[in-house]
Amino acid sequence: MGMYNLLVGGAAGQGVESLVSALEYFFKQDGSEVFTMRDLMSRIRGGHNFSRIRFGAGVPKAHSERLDGIIALNEETAAFHREALSPKGFILMDSAIKSDDPRAVRIDMAKIAKSLGNAKAAGSVAVGAALKLFRVALDEASAAEVFGRVLRPEHVDMNVKAALKGYESVPERYKIPAGNARDMMMLSGNRAIALGALAAGVQFYAAYPMSPSTSILESLAQWAEEAGIVVEQAEDEIAAINMALGASYAGTRAMTGTSGGGFSLMVEALGFAGMAEIPVVVVDAQRPGPATGLPTRTEQSDLKFIISAAQGEFPRMVIAVRHHADAFYQTIRAVNLAEKYQIPVVLLTDQYLADATATIPMLDPAAYPRHEQAQVPEEGEYARYRFTESGISPRRLPGDKDALVNVDSDEHDERGHIIEDSETRVRMMEKRMGKLKLLEKDLQEPDWLGDEQAHITLVGWGSMYGPLQEAVDLLNQEGNKRYGALVFGDIWPLPKERLKQAAAKGEAIINVEQNYTGQLAGLIREETGIEMSTSILRYDGRQMTGEEIARRVKKEGF
Amino acid sequence: MNTPEFGKMETAWCPGCGNFGILDSLKLALEALGKDPHEVVMVGGIGQAAKTPQYLSANSFCGLHGRALPPAVAIKMANPNLTVIVNTGDGDSYGEGGNHFLHNIRRNVDMTHFVHDNQVYGLTKGQSSPTTLEGMVTGAQAEGSQNIPFNPVLLALAAGAGFVARGFSGKPDHLQMLMERAIRFKGYALVDIFQPCVSFNRLNTFAWYNSRVYELDESHDATDRLMAMSRAMEFGDRIPIGVLYEKALPDFHEKNSSLSQGQVLAGRRNDPALVRRYMSEMV
Ligand SMILES: Cc1ncc(C[n+]2csc(CCOP(=O)(O)OP(=O)(O)O)c2C)c(N)n1
Ligand code: SF4
Ligand SMILES: [Mg+2]
Repeated sequence: MGMYNLLVGGAAGQGVESLVSALEYFFKQDGSEVFTMRDLMSRIRGGHNFSRIRFGAGVPKAHSERLDGIIALNEETAAFHREALSPKGFILMDSAIKSDDPRAVRIDMAKIAKSLGNAKAAGSVAVGAALKLFRVALDEASAAEVFGRVLRPEHVDMNVKAALKGYESVPERYKIPAGNARDMMMLSGNRAIALGALAAGVQFYAAYPMSPSTSILESLAQWAEEAGIVVEQAEDEIAAINMALGASYAGTRAMTGTSGGGFSLMVEALGFAGMAEIPVVVVDAQRPGPATGLPTRTEQSDLKFIISAAQGEFPRMVIAVRHHADAFYQTIRAVNLAEKYQIPVVLLTDQYLADATATIPMLDPAAYPRHEQAQVPEEGEYARYRFTESGISPRRLPGDKDALVNVDSDEHDERGHIIEDSETRVRMMEKRMGKLKLLEKDLQEPDWLGDEQAHITLVGWGSMYGPLQEAVDLLNQEGNKRYGALVFGDIWPLPKERLKQAAAKGEAIINVEQNYTGQLAGLIREETGIEMSTSILRYDGRQMTGEEIARRVKKEGF
Repeated sequence: MNTPEFGKMETAWCPGCGNFGILDSLKLALEALGKDPHEVVMVGGIGQAAKTPQYLSANSFCGLHGRALPPAVAIKMANPNLTVIVNTGDGDSYGEGGNHFLHNIRRNVDMTHFVHDNQVYGLTKGQSSPTTLEGMVTGAQAEGSQNIPFNPVLLALAAGAGFVARGFSGKPDHLQMLMERAIRFKGYALVDIFQPCVSFNRLNTFAWYNSRVYELDESHDATDRLMAMSRAMEFGDRIPIGVLYEKALPDFHEKNSSLSQGQVLAGRRNDPALVRRYMSEMV
């Protein structure tokens, strides 16, 4: 067997998060690829939080619904997930927890921790035991290295001892195939965006905390001093985006990030960016709405909102990030395209990808060269909104000795002064909207997964990449029908070529989305007239797995 | 009025509007301070007052209603060599933008905030603003404004602002002096300026202000916050104008490690080696 799935669960406040961070790092250091999804409740204490760590060789960018092992820090975890556990799996739990499950492996987690002087180290006993079951070597040095990364220094020693005790308490059971992920990076989707921002030369990030976008703010804040960039917590999301626009006007690459609720507050300023032609990148890390919705869960329901948010018409680009490496590269690309076309670019991610960690090969910060504005000699006095052949007006910065830079949210003339006459209005509208056409040259077609000669094409976007990848693999393993998937990254303006090819030759085309209304399907219908054969949708805040998609495709008769 | 550096533009204000006096004082203050238009960024929201940046020769950022302060402070963060000045209305500053007003006092970025306080919404034709006096009848307050008027200078003092002043468009020399001091002040500086709106405020007219305002003299200690607060509460038959409070505080740039050495972010790049190092730390 190439990979395993381990679930770690407990109440909020029991330290599930650090155990998971330690475990995934132990597995990675042992050579395993890792993908960890986080299922969190919106509370600081109690409830039931868990993570699923998938590790081994050939791990897709998605979790699995099957389990090989469970670490249950409370009774609820064991009860909740035993159905999904393989008959040969294990449930690691404290001896004090009652269970009639024959797969239960009881250890004196609490007692051992107490004897070491801190009841909180109980989870680390289980970590040690799990590592033994999976035959991952553990000694004092390796344990100290890993716990040193995830715990406060004063807690490391104790947890190392606890893990070693746990290691002694069970026999070896599984064998993970040897892998080379040790040299890979491991990071969350949001970290990939933060890193991408830094690589793209973003020097200003303002945001107001909102799950699941907050960790972008926190990652950049950690780096700010050393990187010499400004990261500011704004008083609200309206301030956050307006600050980003001010910083961008003055010549820094600027970004902000939020979730749907905060994005709703940013909407007016998004249109302002379009009107005033100020580059800005906004991250929307989606969570289930409407209103406060399910704050810590996942959904893909902001697409139609984002592509039409704000009054009036203006050019914008929307990119849905699909997986960790993509999150990094698309962030760099988003910043560059915002600069190139002087438009707002929205990066769509969601809780699933934002919080999930994955191992990926080293990223290349130089993959997309920095967009540099062509130096166009200015005839006469500088005008910020000069009509040019290319359709883009050269940017100058306030402070430049020979130019005054005047920008305006009112309709304006080339100089940036308020106007109301019909002729200038029409030319300015055409100048701005013309950028959508220019942008087409830069559009990336959706990724093809699975069989390019597919009879049946699944279409999805953003974080559905991983589950779709696994779904087409599963579907292509059986039967004689061929399956493929198109996963959109660039989603507005909508790239249409591969879509049309798939629709022309295939028997069926099915959208797979985490929302109620099938928003991508609607967009495709509007833009191309292509109708989906059927839809596979989910809107309970939990990401579909590849297994679920494959099952539902079959059930729909395809 | 035409001035050598900051020019003269056609305006869309009503004849007799207090905004003219404010614009003239501002241009004279900038000239007197020896500012070059290229180093000045005028920021406004939306409203009659917020059109001020359009009416002088300088860089300008005319943003959204209520949202003048966030871009203004960020412009200063991006480039500390710029002189950032906000001119905008009472509705823009204290109503739609109230949250930004509160929190940018706390942020204390080195910039100047001139509020053209006509105690009314001028551009939308005369509804009540946060500073409208009780009882004033407007198109939207048919029975008269019933809410307690907002005292911006008292609030700014309470929130910890380092420079708080009040001026009157009808006292141009005095106003110019206030503007120069406010622009020179290192940190967030608020000047709330009485500005008669001849079209929509029939209560707080030029004569109304003129008969009430008096200039603070040496007897006022502008470093005494409590004294400043008690003066700020004088709003009846007599209303003090002048610098209510002035006290140097560490500003945003001084406290921010990325800016404390006078760094200019604009046009700067991030070090790719640093990105690579962060990446290697994730291995
Ligand atoms: C989001 C938004 N809401 C409302 C308006 C309409 N509006 C424009 S200016 C203004 C009030 C202006 O009052 P003030 O800021 O005091 O400026 P004045 O015109 O009095 O100088 C309003 C309500 C707008 N432009 N944008
Ligand atoms: S409406 Fe009032 S504030 Fe506006 S220009 Fe006329 S007088 Fe001035
Ligand atoms: Mg007003």
